[in-house]
Amino acid sequence: MNKENVSAFFKKYTMVIVLVVVTLFFTWKTGGRMLLPQNVNNLISQNSYVFILATGMLLCILTGGNIDLSVGSIVCFAGAVGATFMVNKNMSVGVSIIIMILTGLAIGAWQGFWIAYRRIPPFIVTLAGMLIFRGLSNIILNGFTIAPMPDAYLNLFNNYIVDVFHGNGINITCLLAGIIIAAVFVLVTFKGRMSKIKKGYKVGPAINDIVKCAVISIVIIAFMWRLAQYKGIPMILIWVAVIVLIYGYLTSKTTVGRHLYAIGGNEKAAQLSGINTNKVYFIAYANMGLLAAVAAMAVIARLNSANPTAGDGYEMDAIGSCFIGGASAYGGSGTIPGVIVGATLMGVINLGMSIMGVDANWQKVVKGIVLLAAVIFDVESKKRSK
Amino acid sequence: MGKVLLEMKNITKTFPGVKALDNVNLKVEEGEIHALVGENGAGKSTLMNVLSGVYTYGTYEGDIIYDGEVCKFNKIKDSEEKGIVIIHQELALVPEMTIGENMYLGNEQGKKFSIDWSKTYGEADEYLAKVGLHESSRTLIKDIGVGKQQLVEIAKALAKHAKLLILDEPTSSLNESDSKALLDLMLEFKKQGMTMIIITHKLNEVAYVADKITVIRDGSTIETMDKRTDEITEDRIIQGMVGRELTDRFPKRKNVKIGDKALEVKNWTVHHQVYSERKVVNNVSMYVRKGEVLGISGLMGAGRTELAMSIFGRSYGKNISGELYINGKEVKLHSVREAIEHKIAYVTEDRKGNGLILSNPIRVNTTLANLDGVSNHGVIDTDKEIAVAEEYRQKMRTKCPSVEQNVGNLSGGNQQKVLLAKWMFAEPDVLILDEPTRGIDVGAKYEIYCIINDLVAAGKSVIMISSELPEVLGMSDRIYVMNEGRIVGELDAKEASQEVIMGRILSSSKGE
Repeated sequence: MNKENVSAFFKKYTMVIVLVVVTLFFTWKTGGRMLLPQNVNNLISQNSYVFILATGMLLCILTGGNIDLSVGSIVCFAGAVGATFMVNKNMSVGVSIIIMILTGLAIGAWQGFWIAYRRIPPFIVTLAGMLIFRGLSNIILNGFTIAPMPDAYLNLFNNYIVDVFHGNGINITCLLAGIIIAAVFVLVTFKGRMSKIKKGYKVGPAINDIVKCAVISIVIIAFMWRLAQYKGIPMILIWVAVIVLIYGYLTSKTTVGRHLYAIGGNEKAAQLSGINTNKVYFIAYANMGLLAAVAAMAVIARLNSANPTAGDGYEMDAIGSCFIGGASAYGGSGTIPGVIVGATLMGVINLGMSIMGVDANWQKVVKGIVLLAAVIFDVESKKRSK
Repeated sequence: MGKVLLEMKNITKTFPGVKALDNVNLKVEEGEIHALVGENGAGKSTLMNVLSGVYTYGTYEGDIIYDGEVCKFNKIKDSEEKGIVIIHQELALVPEMTIGENMYLGNEQGKKFSIDWSKTYGEADEYLAKVGLHESSRTLIKDIGVGKQQLVEIAKALAKHAKLLILDEPTSSLNESDSKALLDLMLEFKKQGMTMIIITHKLNEVAYVADKITVIRDGSTIETMDKRTDEITEDRIIQGMVGRELTDRFPKRKNVKIGDKALEVKNWTVHHQVYSERKVVNNVSMYVRKGEVLGISGLMGAGRTELAMSIFGRSYGKNISGELYINGKEVKLHSVREAIEHKIAYVTEDRKGNGLILSNPIRVNTTLANLDGVSNHGVIDTDKEIAVAEEYRQKMRTKCPSVEQNVGNLSGGNQQKVLLAKWMFAEPDVLILDEPTRGIDVGAKYEIYCIINDLVAAGKSVIMISSELPEVLGMSDRIYVMNEGRIVGELDAKEASQEVIMGRILSSSKGE
């Protein structure tokens, strides 16, 4: 590889490299405890809500750096509604879940309507939402906590996939799933490459793809191996993976995704190209409400309760993950894989510092500095490339 | 021979990978107007950035000798203190501030914590009088037109005690009469002893004001011509700029059969977007036939863009009334999407602001108006998309390393080609081109004209809105003249001339 390729590589994978370095740092500082099977498992379950919210937040940010401040309160509100129906009214789990989703969607649509069709600045609308739904959560809950959740509900989120092979000390299903996912990834990469060559398009050097596949396969398998040493695949990982895959596909491969990027890139040009910009804004914010409800489901399951302070500050975790993951503060650029890396980095920092026993307030300071550094880096590197 | 005020000696400026300037020499005498011409990307702006200290001393090779001493500018303020002031092509005024506030922005009068407003406005008014702008300096910038804003920029430069004034394409957004007034103002300043450098694409302006002309091509000085000693013709300048002889600035169109009416509007009236009692298009009836290039001429603000955009799915205006016929059938278009579905395309005059997504690659921009053409049930076929972008890149001869290049990194001419490609891919039957060659160089213009000819040869209709009269005359089969929201003349290309068109505009203005 020549010098230009190397610098392009570093630019493209900066955050991945930072993630690796930070992980290694905490592994060293915690004497290896960071990568114990249980901690790897915790990384997923503790941060599931961040992954889900950040995915939705990216869509809002893409439209032009617009953020949704209300997600923390919607998580709390949807959780409160769900818990009320499930626990206090003894409704079935399925119906309650549907009600939660509809609640989130309705709130998203409400906010989306004002943002998209009345053009009230998103910051204001969602700031109002943040207050309104925090207040309503308290009113519904009367200031109390509802607990515990029914077992049928908890099983959906807190359980682990049963090992059909009954491995001893290691969950074979989990390990096998890791190997299969890695194999599928390699296969898809090379199939895409082959079809490009067949159609006569230019492709990068083969070594790039091989290295990329090797690294990602190793990471996936190592990760699943760690989980296999614990209790196997957590249910919540399936939820997160499904959502990430859906939205990864939506943003990169569909016209709706393209419209989101186009509006963030140049709204007037998008409008004059026949894109219904109002509709796109509406979709982004309605969807954010929907995903906030999904996050609420994960949160009340993990806490095994719905309480009036749940979800406090979640919006900042989601927004931070997006920006650390390379989304532009002006909209128009950013990817789901990037956001996942950003969310993971935040999670690793949280987890690492918790294991080290760093004071919670200092954790906030560090996270703030990381966020600022990431955005400064992004802005500076863009300046240089001009 | 006057005293040499500025000499730039063997200036070489290298950017990573590119040599933007290669041993450029420029000599400007005191009290002259020196024109700097060259294609886009030839290095004119880079040279002026070196001169004004945007590129600091040490980042380039060669010397700047101004007023007898070698200058080492570290920031723009340094060059301004010496009296070198640049007025950039894109106006840098704050719309919500007054003229006076804008003029002294960064140069506030009075004390640091107590601005002397009466001094500010008093002096501003004096400078405004000098540039012949009859507005109070307390007027907000957003309330005056572009032509007047350009004058404010000049007044601002005067307030900085400019001795050497550099104007970068000062007339690119002005109409003919405002342009003329600006050039006359330059001649007036010359009489008072001011030295000026003008960068421009418009050769008639060069002929009108310049004493000397320096041609730059591909980062090198080609030649400097002196009006007093050399015979200067437009052809000679063009030849120097493009490095080849352009025998004809407008490509010949082979016999294209002109067919039935493709699009027609009757009694079309549009009200202003904000001031809805004002009519910007007033009872216009017009049509374009298949295989025809229809020129719409007029001054800026004549309502041409408003007419086009209101037809294009009501993307501009309020209370639009009138009938629209496509292929003889009346249709009502409520959105841009519907207009595209009825095979109308509008290529905007503002390619950066309204046309392209600069931060996205050529591929994405090319397919934006017709994503359905590269997708199945809302899923984009990336391979197909690349193929389409590649096809148009070759067809339009867009100069770029690949279709993954960001549009923002292309030159104006190539951006315009991408914008055209985007709309050609939408497969329209009627293409409305709004100022299709604004701010692009002679070579790229010629290529755009060729594309227009190809389009009509394929039986499409082209409506070309342009403020450049030679272009309208050279390209159109038929010409409408618009003024103050009305159509004030319909001319056959054969009977039209610059004089006839201007005559129609002027006589209709008098009628008010």
